[in-house]
Amino acid sequence: MTLWLIVIIASLACLSLKIAGYLVPPSLLEKPTPARIANLLTVALLAALIAVQTLGSGNRIVFDARLPALAVAALLLKLRVPFIVVVIAAAAVAALIRAVF
Amino acid sequence: MARTEPGPSDDEQAADDQADDDQRASRVSRWNTDDRAAARKGVAVGLAAAAYGISYGALAVAAGLDVWQTCVMSLLMFTGGSQFALVGIIATGGVAAGPAAIASAAILGIRNGVYGIRVAPIIGAGRWRRFAAAWVTIDESSAVATTQPTLRSQRIGFWVAAFSVFIGWNLTSLVGALIGNALGDVRVYGLDAAAAAAFLGLLWPRLRQVQTIAVAAAAAVIAAATTPVLIPGLPVLVAGIVAIIVGGFNWFVSPDPQPEPPGIPT
Repeated sequence: MTLWLIVIIASLACLSLKIAGYLVPPSLLEKPTPARIANLLTVALLAALIAVQTLGSGNRIVFDARLPALAVAALLLKLRVPFIVVVIAAAAVAALIRAVF
Repeated sequence: MARTEPGPSDDEQAADDQADDDQRASRVSRWNTDDRAAARKGVAVGLAAAAYGISYGALAVAAGLDVWQTCVMSLLMFTGGSQFALVGIIATGGVAAGPAAIASAAILGIRNGVYGIRVAPIIGAGRWRRFAAAWVTIDESSAVATTQPTLRSQRIGFWVAAFSVFIGWNLTSLVGALIGNALGDVRVYGLDAAAAAAFLGLLWPRLRQVQTIAVAAAAAVIAAATTPVLIPGLPVLVAGIVAIIVGGFNWFVSPDPQPEPPGIPT
C-alpha cells in the first residue's frame, strides 16, 4: 500500500458515497413520512455536527473556549445579528479566551 | 421610450431599447431577497470552511503526504471531515495504517450520501448536473440548501456554497501545504468555534417546532455521549437515527404546528 493508493481509494470511496445518495429514487421522498424523516435528518445531523465540533477532540469530550464562543453565537442569533458577523464573533471570542487564559 | 415621430430607423431603435430594457429587467428581477440571502449564506459558509483548508494542508504535509497528494484529496475527496481523519491516522500510523485511514474516511463520508438523498430533489434533473452536485454535496452546501425557504433560493444557496467552499478549500489546502507548520495551531484563531457557529446559524431558523427542537437536542446529546465510545464519524450517524425514529413515529407533534420552511419541493 502506498500513500497514493490510499489517497485515490479513499477519495473514490467518498465520491461513490456522495453519488449513491443521488441514486436513491426520488419517489421515496414523496410520501409524508419519508419526507418528514428527511427534514428531521438534516436537523439531527446538523445538531450532532455542532455538538461534535464544539465538544469533541478526537475521541474525547473537552470543554474549552468553543463552548462560550458558541453561547455567544446563540445569543447573537437570537438578536438576529447577520450570519457572517455571528461566525466572526464566535472565532473572536474563542481566540480571545485562548489568548487570555 | 418616448418617440416624437416614429420612422423605420426609430422603430428599430425602439425595438432594440425595449429588448435592452427587457434584458435588464429580467437580470434585476432574477434574484429576489431570499435568493440574495441564500447567496450571502453560501459565501459566508464558504469563507469559514476555506479557513480550515490551511490547517488541513499543513496537517497533511506534516503527516507525510506531498503537496500533490494533499491537493488531489481536496479536489477528489472534497469533504473536510474525511480528509482530516485520513491525514490524522496516517500521521500516527504511517502507510501501514492505510486501511484504517480509508475506512475512517469512508465512514465519515457516509453522511454526504445521506445529504445527497435530501438534496437531490432540489438539484433537479440532468445527469452531469447531478454528478457535479454529488461531487460538492458536503456539510456546508447541504446545510445552506436545506435551510432556505424557496426552491430557487435552495438551489442558489447550494451552488453558491458549493462553489465558494470548492474554490476556497482547494486554494487554502494548497497554501497550507506550502507554508506547512508556519501557521501554528489554528485554534489560536478560534476557527474551530467559527465552524460550530456556522452550523448553528444554519440550524437556527429551523428550531421553531417542538418536534425539530426535540430532535436537535436529542441528536446533540447522543452525538456527544457516543463520541468517547465510537470511532470518529459514527456518533454523527448514530444521532441521525433519532431523526428516523421521531420522524417515523411522528412524536412531539405540536397541536398547532407553524409552517416549516418547505423542505422538499412538491
